[in-house]
Amino acid sequence: MSEKAKSAKEHKYEGGLAVVSADKVKDPGLEPHRVRMTDKSDKHERSANRQVAALFLLSAFGSIFSIYAYFAFPITEDLATVRANNLWLGLGITLGLFGIGIGAVHWAKTLMPDAEVSEERHQTRGSEEVRARAIEIIKLADQESGFTRRKLIRRSMYTALALFPLPAIFFFGDLGPNPGDSLRHTMWKKGTRLAKDPDGTPIKASDVTLGSVFHVIPAGLAELHHDKLNEKAKAAVLLVRVNPAELIETEERKGWSYDGIVAYSKICTHVGCPVALYEQQTHHLLCPCHQSTFDLVDGCKVVFGPAARPLPQLPIAVDAEGYLIAQSDFNEPVGPSFWER
Amino acid sequence: MSTTTPNKKGTFLGNRANYLDERLGVAGILKEFGRKVFPDHWSFMLGEVAMYSFVVLLISGTFLTFFFQPSMAEVVYDGVYGPLKGAEMSIAYASSLDISFEVRGGMLMRQVHHWSALLFVAAAGLHMLRVFFTGAFRKPREINWLVGFFLFVLGMGGGFTGYSLPDDLLSGNGLRIIDGMLKGVPVIGSSISSLLFDGEFPGHAVVARLYSLHIMIIPALIILLLAVHLFMVVIHKHTHYSGPGRKDTNVVGYPLMPVYVAKAGGFFFIVFGAIMLISATFTINPIWNYGGYDPSPVSAGTQPDWYIGWLDGALRLAPSHLEIVALGGTWSFNILIPLIVGVLFLVVVGAYPFIEKFVTGDNREHHVLDRPRNAPVRTAIGAAGVTFYAVLWAGAATDLIATHFRVSLNQVLLSMQILLIVAPIAAFWVTKRIALALQRKDREIVLHGRESGRIIRLPHGEFVEVHEPLDKFEMYKLVDFKSYQPTLARPNEDGKITVKARVRASFSKFYFQDRVAPVDQFELDEANHDHAPAIEAAPAAKKPAAKKSTAKKSVAKKPVAKKAVAKKTAKNPSAKKPAAKKATPKKK
Repeated sequence: MSEKAKSAKEHKYEGGLAVVSADKVKDPGLEPHRVRMTDKSDKHERSANRQVAALFLLSAFGSIFSIYAYFAFPITEDLATVRANNLWLGLGITLGLFGIGIGAVHWAKTLMPDAEVSEERHQTRGSEEVRARAIEIIKLADQESGFTRRKLIRRSMYTALALFPLPAIFFFGDLGPNPGDSLRHTMWKKGTRLAKDPDGTPIKASDVTLGSVFHVIPAGLAELHHDKLNEKAKAAVLLVRVNPAELIETEERKGWSYDGIVAYSKICTHVGCPVALYEQQTHHLLCPCHQSTFDLVDGCKVVFGPAARPLPQLPIAVDAEGYLIAQSDFNEPVGPSFWER
Repeated sequence: MSTTTPNKKGTFLGNRANYLDERLGVAGILKEFGRKVFPDHWSFMLGEVAMYSFVVLLISGTFLTFFFQPSMAEVVYDGVYGPLKGAEMSIAYASSLDISFEVRGGMLMRQVHHWSALLFVAAAGLHMLRVFFTGAFRKPREINWLVGFFLFVLGMGGGFTGYSLPDDLLSGNGLRIIDGMLKGVPVIGSSISSLLFDGEFPGHAVVARLYSLHIMIIPALIILLLAVHLFMVVIHKHTHYSGPGRKDTNVVGYPLMPVYVAKAGGFFFIVFGAIMLISATFTINPIWNYGGYDPSPVSAGTQPDWYIGWLDGALRLAPSHLEIVALGGTWSFNILIPLIVGVLFLVVVGAYPFIEKFVTGDNREHHVLDRPRNAPVRTAIGAAGVTFYAVLWAGAATDLIATHFRVSLNQVLLSMQILLIVAPIAAFWVTKRIALALQRKDREIVLHGRESGRIIRLPHGEFVEVHEPLDKFEMYKLVDFKSYQPTLARPNEDGKITVKARVRASFSKFYFQDRVAPVDQFELDEANHDHAPAIEAAPAAKKPAAKKSTAKKSVAKKPVAKKAVAKKTAKNPSAKKPAAKKATPKKK
């Protein structure tokens, strides 16, 4: 930088776009201190003194009371005792805390000096001498280590430093398995009976009256001991019987329902909440989390809300004993969209 | 040293101070910090509330760790809570129930923990707004703004991870939503989800993992950043509001010892007490009503904790049918857009000090706070941001709004979508106008005094309202602010107008095109001359009202001084400044 440019920079106005008025209204200085009653009268001072002490003593009482309450309000089989325990313990401690807090603030506000004082503020940046010394130190360190001069060392050090944390990232690889194709399959397969959630009793087609709704799990899920919730999170189904004449079915899906009984995945295609609310009049299914709405009679297409895809349909049939069974697994992945689906 | 004198006498404080100083060297620390001055203002307590709630979080959280078991292994519940007896549930949920129903004070501590978490994020948010609207983020505090910003984000993270731990139906659904959002990330979504949940959702690992985050990593980061945050407050010293005697070169307030130790120390107990009172009397998160997590049932009206609401609202407000299949994968824009909007919003919040610095080019240190009206565009931007956040937040309650007010859910959602775009713009415009109007009002008050509501009749029959002049201290508050003006895109040394210069010019126009300058001394003098006739008449009319205004001695005194000045230059033509001119007819 040339001398000229340097001096130009030094004289550059620091304030940017700020307008500095040459004729600013004069600062009258700190306003005069207003004297409090406790400063003026001994009587007030004494009573403030007593108030503070009373608040502290109140606090002591509160703390002791809460210990008393711990024993005096035990929790028994009767659930109402939980409430009493919670309330009296809490109120005792509240008193213990408020007494100290309000007492200390009251002390400060009435008995400690309340005249505001002014203290010099120094610029955050160091003074010129300090900065000069700092630069000197940096230069010295640079010189002694040859940090700038020894390029090879410097760059190899950067490389080493950049790489050393990388193993840690790989160490997290075993947090979970590769997703594989587990997201594509559920417990449903050909012949699995549709059972009631949560007890797992199979459902007969004749039990499903017009307009009724069943929360369904695959038979056998209730007895699972391992990964039960994982399976349930994919396999949950909603079963509804509507007037067959109202059903709008594509050619391909003609055989997927049984006499007006349709079964759809209960897991929302948005972010996976259970689509648990059925509106009988409109045949709409509503997800309570983000209000995606699906038209049950029209292939569960999205009629409202942020979801993008219809709920997957479970093809169903009836076995020899009259129980509802699945014809196969779902023909597409259930639940929220993912990249590979 | 003078401190040795009281030691010899053996005073109570002296002996202890001497003991500590000889072992720890506390005298130097006390000398440096003991009388450090802190300015006093209610809005400075918001950050304190946040910090104290965090301390309460640590206290109550530590208690909970002694009883909580972060395991997702299945057990059959056999506790005292009747309705769930015999139900299968995770150990995490069962131990949460045990804390609530079988540990004395356990319910209280759970509630204290939850309430203080809600308060922590709320207070941190309000503190951030205070810092924003008063311009406290300006040089030299930009870095501290960033630290605070990360504290706020960590607060939300700490809240969410904690909310998920009891493994009840609501929190499980929250995790389900997180799973769905993760899966929506292009290319790596399902892998991330699999890593978090150790396979498929819900798996058996996530509660323990969130527990590590919740009780170790996040609190450690918060403590670290909090220390940095406070350290910087010490370095910079606290800002103060503009007013008489308050300058960029000083700090006006009360000394740390004893006043602030008592006030701030006492305030911790008040905050703790308030949380305790709420926790003793109001139920929060009654997990026993929801049951353990099960992927199948869900209740209507599910809500996250308040601070996650805006993200949930963003998910709800995304329009339908935004998913496309392209480039070999599924793009779930119905999830990606809310995510991106949320992240962008946060980035803009975090980067704001640097944006404003770029526009103003102001490289000076700022320790006197702006009154929000004196930075109309910043205040308007803040209002727009708050509105945007508020609409997203209200968006998380579309279903409740629909059911409570008996309106159509579809219409509510559509209105929210429209409001999300329109309301911030409207808020910007309205706020900016209000701020400018308030600035003009301030000018008016400074130049012509407050309307006293007293009508007097002049000797020649005219009726005028008496305006009471402000005392000089109050008046100074209204004139002491920094004003900026827009710049043009100027060529650099090579004679070129750079893109940066153009951008900066248009930004500066956006920011400072409409500006109201502070009243200067000349205008003030001019205005005082104009008042002369009305004020000369005032003393006569003042008598009936004199009793009322005995407290305002300076008010009564002032006209006399002005009269003298007025006589000297009575024929001075009325002020050339438009603001002064506009107001003159009222007085004459």
